[in-house]
Amino acid sequence: MTTAPTRPPGKAERIASAAPSRLGAFLRLRELPVTVALIALVIITTVVNPLFLSPQGVKDLLLNATIVIILAVGQALVIITRNVDLSVGSILGLVAFGTGTLFATVPGIPIVVVFLAGMLLGALLGAINGLLVTVAKVPALVITLGTLYIYRGLNNAWAGGTQYFAGDRPDAFGSLSVDTVLGFPLITLIAVVVVVIVAVYLAGTRPGRDLYAIGSDPDAAKLFGIPVSRRVFLAFLTNGVLAGLAGVLYASRFNSVGATTGSGLELAVVAAAVVGGVAIFGGSGSVVGAAMGALLLTTITSALTALRVDKFWQEAIVGVLILSAIIIDRIASVRSARKLRISEARNV
Amino acid sequence: MQTESMTADDGPPEPRLTLSGAVKAFGPVVALADGNIEILPGEIHALVGENGAGKSTLVKILAGLYRLDAGEFQVDGQPVSFRTVADSKAAGISVIYQEPTLFPDLTVAENIFIGRQPKGRLGLISRAAMRTAARDLFDQLGVRIDPNRVAEGLSIADQQIIEIAKAISLDAKVLVMDEPTAALSGVEVERLFQVARNLRTQGAGILFISHRFDEVFALCDRITVMRDGRYIATHVTSMVTVDAIVHEMVGRDVGALFPKEVAPVGDTVLSVQGLGRAGVFADVTFEVKAGEVVALAGLVGAGRTEVARAVFGIDPYDRGTVEFAGTLLKPHSPKAAIDAGMGFVPEDRRKQGLVMDLSVGRNTALTLRDRVARFGIINGRAERAAAAEWGRRLQVKTTSQEYAVSTLSGGNQQKVVLAKWLATDPKFLIVDEPTRGIDVGTKSEVHRLISDLANRGIAILMISSELPEVLGMADRVLVMHEGRITAELSRAEATPESIMHAATASLERTQ
Repeated sequence: MTTAPTRPPGKAERIASAAPSRLGAFLRLRELPVTVALIALVIITTVVNPLFLSPQGVKDLLLNATIVIILAVGQALVIITRNVDLSVGSILGLVAFGTGTLFATVPGIPIVVVFLAGMLLGALLGAINGLLVTVAKVPALVITLGTLYIYRGLNNAWAGGTQYFAGDRPDAFGSLSVDTVLGFPLITLIAVVVVVIVAVYLAGTRPGRDLYAIGSDPDAAKLFGIPVSRRVFLAFLTNGVLAGLAGVLYASRFNSVGATTGSGLELAVVAAAVVGGVAIFGGSGSVVGAAMGALLLTTITSALTALRVDKFWQEAIVGVLILSAIIIDRIASVRSARKLRISEARNV
Repeated sequence: MQTESMTADDGPPEPRLTLSGAVKAFGPVVALADGNIEILPGEIHALVGENGAGKSTLVKILAGLYRLDAGEFQVDGQPVSFRTVADSKAAGISVIYQEPTLFPDLTVAENIFIGRQPKGRLGLISRAAMRTAARDLFDQLGVRIDPNRVAEGLSIADQQIIEIAKAISLDAKVLVMDEPTAALSGVEVERLFQVARNLRTQGAGILFISHRFDEVFALCDRITVMRDGRYIATHVTSMVTVDAIVHEMVGRDVGALFPKEVAPVGDTVLSVQGLGRAGVFADVTFEVKAGEVVALAGLVGAGRTEVARAVFGIDPYDRGTVEFAGTLLKPHSPKAAIDAGMGFVPEDRRKQGLVMDLSVGRNTALTLRDRVARFGIINGRAERAAAAEWGRRLQVKTTSQEYAVSTLSGGNQQKVVLAKWLATDPKFLIVDEPTRGIDVGTKSEVHRLISDLANRGIAILMISSELPEVLGMADRVLVMHEGRITAELSRAEATPESIMHAATASLERTQ
């Protein structure tokens, strides 16, 4: 689940030497800063306002975070390959509006079919991103900035002034965001399943590990015979599927869907991944970290309310978190570069 | 890797790899005219030659990076033709480069097994199995590297060991080590040799490329010499001397290709005392006088460019002083160097010497922007006039000053770089590999230019890896080896042999 293995060493004689390095490995965990920040935030807020951690409070927190978590997981996949997908907000918008349209125009359509259709549309839009990035060899930042506007434009043209409201959709669909199992909303459980599946794929399969190699050094990856284009394409496709899923869940969670649904979400999603320890230049990080980042960013909003801090500070604080994440990364790499130079200085 | 022995009754063992009559050209430039190499199982085979002898090209052919234009290439008696690096690997050839390319974010174990990680339960990657396999490889090599740590920050020596471990796990029959010891310390070199000897015992064929004769003679069974892209000879190490090898490496007619005119030598312009930078160079002391061309010779990686960059203020230095025209020069400040009257013509003109997309004229006037500007705004007419004048003086061949400099030939680009610096009226010029990648006709033009500059009283420090250029142009030759000056030779003392001996440190300091 993480790039730094934490399993016990296999042979007895190595335990002595491994103990300090396991502590070191733990301290170097990329998910550590975001976890510490999240725990600290929750503790401080709860001390000031005990209602913050009430069952209803927790449920609201998770509901708010769910959609960003799913998007951040997909985004992490893409960022790990040293790419980025800025079009996820627009994909979510199109799928959410499509979901509303489906329920309104095909009464009695099975909910499963709606989910499949949403994910299929997401897959198509993600595949377009992936194709453009891998074939045109233009940086993903530019490509997906383009598709961000194209997909949003399609959404505008399609929706016009139309909006669909919760009342247009079957109750069973809306209750996905209301019913809970053991205190967890159903849609949050869907997000957890997504996190687990993608985390296992990234940590435990060869194609998953290839994504890290690609992001770590794309040219070397090509030299090693890793099918770079195919893997990057699949990362964008998967991200599209997850954005589609998030779009369907958005329609379940929120009252209205229309032409502007999901606008601006992409930046929050990239922020969540970066704050969660996914290196913006690829090669390291995990989806668990990205999910934690999403949870942290959404928790801040509620926490600031509970702490009676002016809500307008929220964005400034998110900015500070992003910079901190990047600075922590930078310090770590400068330190290891200095270590390398010193070890080589012995040679003359 | 199976064990094979070279016993007499087996007859001569079949070569692991044979390359004969190999030709590789890039446009008009023939990098390899006649490459031959034969590597036997259980042999460490050295490949030696000057810079530009064609060793790197040969390695890249073995690695599958270049395709042969002509010649025969066999592995285990089977003719092969590699399209990609993967083909070469599949045939059992592994190349260990001087600076390996690992994935910095992945663990050591994963770097060895990327793409073929051992699987465990549920078809998922078993980190434990991968770690154990990596440890087994390191045990086999007799080294201790933590398989769990990430590759970032590993020393070059450890990175090479990881590449070797990967090669073993791929069942490589032939290991090519391209100057593996260049960045290693004494202990690390010894460890690498031990690994190489173990592999030899196990029947691998190793091609070892090195500039250090002590290492070649200590480690290798046979030595193949190359010169100017051609195979010269193969010797059994025990039956040949260093002198004979050096002679074969440089033994060409050093004609008066680039005669520098004798210029009156003036005052000392640059005086470098005890310059040092940890891990890069040490104890560098020399002078350059007005009207003099001093060559800084040595093998690639000896630290010549690094010294020049420190003198010019691009890189910092830890020890020593740089005195320019009688006053101490502020360290680590190219601006101070330029203001004092220094110029630097870098080795890589495309990246460091020119702005490729800007016009010829604008590139020429780049150093003049203060002089052609009024109130910080560049006067286009003054800029064009200055550029045109210098272009004319140096005979830059372009149809218009407005064309992007990237459209010029290499020789003319170099003239633009020279023009750029001459326009500042320098007292001292550093030229780093001034004719690299320039065709023969233009080469002599560049040399004539440099000679002219010396005549006008400019002091010149010329870094060059080409012996004929050094011998033809230099009034004095400083030879560097591994960050130190190992010889200072007058024009009369400088011969191919004396320079090559000092550059490989195979003789005592001759000064």
